[in-house]
Amino acid sequence: MEIKMENLTKVFVAKDKSEVRAVDNVSLTIPSGKLIGLLGPSGCGKSTTLYLLAGLLRQNDGKIYFEEDEVSNTPPEKRGIGLVFQNYALYPHMTVRENILFPLQNLKVEAELAKQKTVEMARLVGLESMLDRKPKELSGGQQQRVAIARALVKTPRVLLLDEPLSNLDARLRLQTREEIKRIQRETQITTVFVTHDQEEAMSISDEIVVMKDGVIQQMGAPQDVYDDPSNLFVAKFLGNPQINVFDGVIKGKKIYINDMVVGKSKLPDGEVLIGIRPEGFIVDQEKKSPFKFNIDLVSTIGRDTTLIVDLPSESDNILDKKSFKAIVDAMLRIQSGDEIHFIVRPEKMFLFNMEGERLE
Amino acid sequence: MEKRNNLKAWLYLAPLLILMGIFIFYPLINAFYISILEEYRPLAPGGATATGYTLSNFARILNDELFWQAIKNTFVVAFISVPISILISLVIAVSLNSIPKLKALYQTVFFLPYVTNAIAIGMAFAFMFHKDYGLINLMLSWLGIDPVNWVGNVATWWAQMGALLVYTIWGGLAFKILVFTSGLQNIDKQYYDAAKIDSASKWTVFRRITVPLLSPFILYISITSMIGALKAYRTVIGLFGERLGAQQNSMITIVAYVYKYRSAYQDVSAISYAASAAIILFFITVVFSLIQGVVSRKRVHY
Ligand SMILES: Nc1ncnc2c1ncn2[C@@H]1O[C@H](COP(=O)(O)OP(=O)(O)OP(=O)(O)O)[C@@H](O)[C@H]1O
Ligand SMILES: [Mg+2]
Repeated sequence: MEIKMENLTKVFVAKDKSEVRAVDNVSLTIPSGKLIGLLGPSGCGKSTTLYLLAGLLRQNDGKIYFEEDEVSNTPPEKRGIGLVFQNYALYPHMTVRENILFPLQNLKVEAELAKQKTVEMARLVGLESMLDRKPKELSGGQQQRVAIARALVKTPRVLLLDEPLSNLDARLRLQTREEIKRIQRETQITTVFVTHDQEEAMSISDEIVVMKDGVIQQMGAPQDVYDDPSNLFVAKFLGNPQINVFDGVIKGKKIYINDMVVGKSKLPDGEVLIGIRPEGFIVDQEKKSPFKFNIDLVSTIGRDTTLIVDLPSESDNILDKKSFKAIVDAMLRIQSGDEIHFIVRPEKMFLFNMEGERLE
Repeated sequence: MEKRNNLKAWLYLAPLLILMGIFIFYPLINAFYISILEEYRPLAPGGATATGYTLSNFARILNDELFWQAIKNTFVVAFISVPISILISLVIAVSLNSIPKLKALYQTVFFLPYVTNAIAIGMAFAFMFHKDYGLINLMLSWLGIDPVNWVGNVATWWAQMGALLVYTIWGGLAFKILVFTSGLQNIDKQYYDAAKIDSASKWTVFRRITVPLLSPFILYISITSMIGALKAYRTVIGLFGERLGAQQNSMITIVAYVYKYRSAYQDVSAISYAASAAIILFFITVVFSLIQGVVSRKRVHY
């Protein structure tokens, strides 16, 4: 089912009358049957957006549509959504079976059928053998799967997941991520997956939505957003290690960093911010490129070598010192102290104005 | 090391244990002792006397029709007032919780009975239940119901008991509401959000989420208020005065029975009868508390 948000706004008023625009004029269409990753730093309004979709919070302004139906004022119990809470919110006094059965009982599903569905769903999430345990007798990952089962058992029109993996250890997180993806593919339920982990969002989602301060920054397929960020925030938020940001100038159709030419541009002369992805540096073995540095630190892990270069600066304060990272082939056997000439891949370099907006 | 710590622990506990010994265990054991004395005369010239040990005091009160009247009245009060007052206070607490703005005001209103003198309120209630001028009969008349003689000389047993129950239930609400509202505040709000997502009706939420999550509080309240109801006395005095009923002793309770003999302490063995009745009440209380503990163990969620 397609979800459409139109100019959705949610303002929280704190006790001291100060206002927080947790969701600010958001317009977004989530295509049917897709898994969307809602991504952004802590406090950017991800949970709030989810709760607005669920109906647990009421928007101050704007509209929500499920397909053609406007649901802006429909109470949560009538929206037919499944929601997995940030900390699961399993009913502690009910067994796994009762937890999963609960929504079906409320929807007056016939008892035999409900029982059968519960067992089926438990099998889908691999918890058949634990149906009679209480939530506190389960591990974090198992609890999370119960929460997913409870959300899915009523075959919701939309599945909303609020940082469902945040409490899991690294391995379990990877495993559950795959499982969510698998379940979503099997059920074809339109899913919104909230996370602040860019890697998680990029790996699981059909499309990602990047949010900041309640405002949507960009939406698109993960790789497209990564390859073509619409502003500096998005460019910095995606990718690990982070994108390198340099102060640069454009003069006579050429781009300069520290008076060294790194590329060409059609933009008019002026100061710019230049973002270069760590994998965007090529080592020029003929040593012809004018873009050269002495390498300060080298760390090799497997195939890749990370070079760390301190940029020259006028100030002696260490906090003002800037450095950048380049990831190159480990075969090059670069050592610290070496002078390296870099060529910058144009498709890995983005220009921004001083406000962080993308140029070109 | 372990031993030394144990000694320390006992030392720390000593003041409390000594006080408990003086004010709880000694009176209890003393009551036992008095209850089995034969022809006990506490005020005999030259000091208290008794002729020996006997169980005849128990036999005597168990053959006393008035004692059985007291048992019956006490049980009726306990078994009707406890569940009803728990239910009412639960409903009020839950409703209060859903109107945060008025909560403070209502909490004060409901708490007033708790800080007001029971005897004074009893007199007010007695007046409310007056056959000709009382508020209750006035309200019944609006519903087209004939006036009931609640507490007058010729009131039926059930009418008196009705008035006593209303008063008992009302007087116990404040504390229960207070405990339940603080219990409700401990329940994570997220369960209610989850229940909304799971399409639960208000009634389902109350029955399947609120009540189970409050169950430790409900158990605590049901045990303490059961004990309180088994010891009912002030309410009877408050409503009916020293006659203990519309007719002499018609609303007598076990504690009132104890008190009656205790007041007659000059009579031979009267104190022993009082002690025997008190001991019987003690065992009734213990048995009920144990039953409640066992029954609820399966149903209480911690
Ligand atoms: N009930 C509330 N009252 C007031 N302010 C709130 C309330 N809920 C959220 N906010 C504010 O709204 C903003 C967005 O909060 P939200 O919970 O949506 O963030 P989030 O993106 O989910 O963050 P996180 O990743 O930490 O969970 C925050 O600034 C938060 O302080
Ligand atoms: Mg959140």
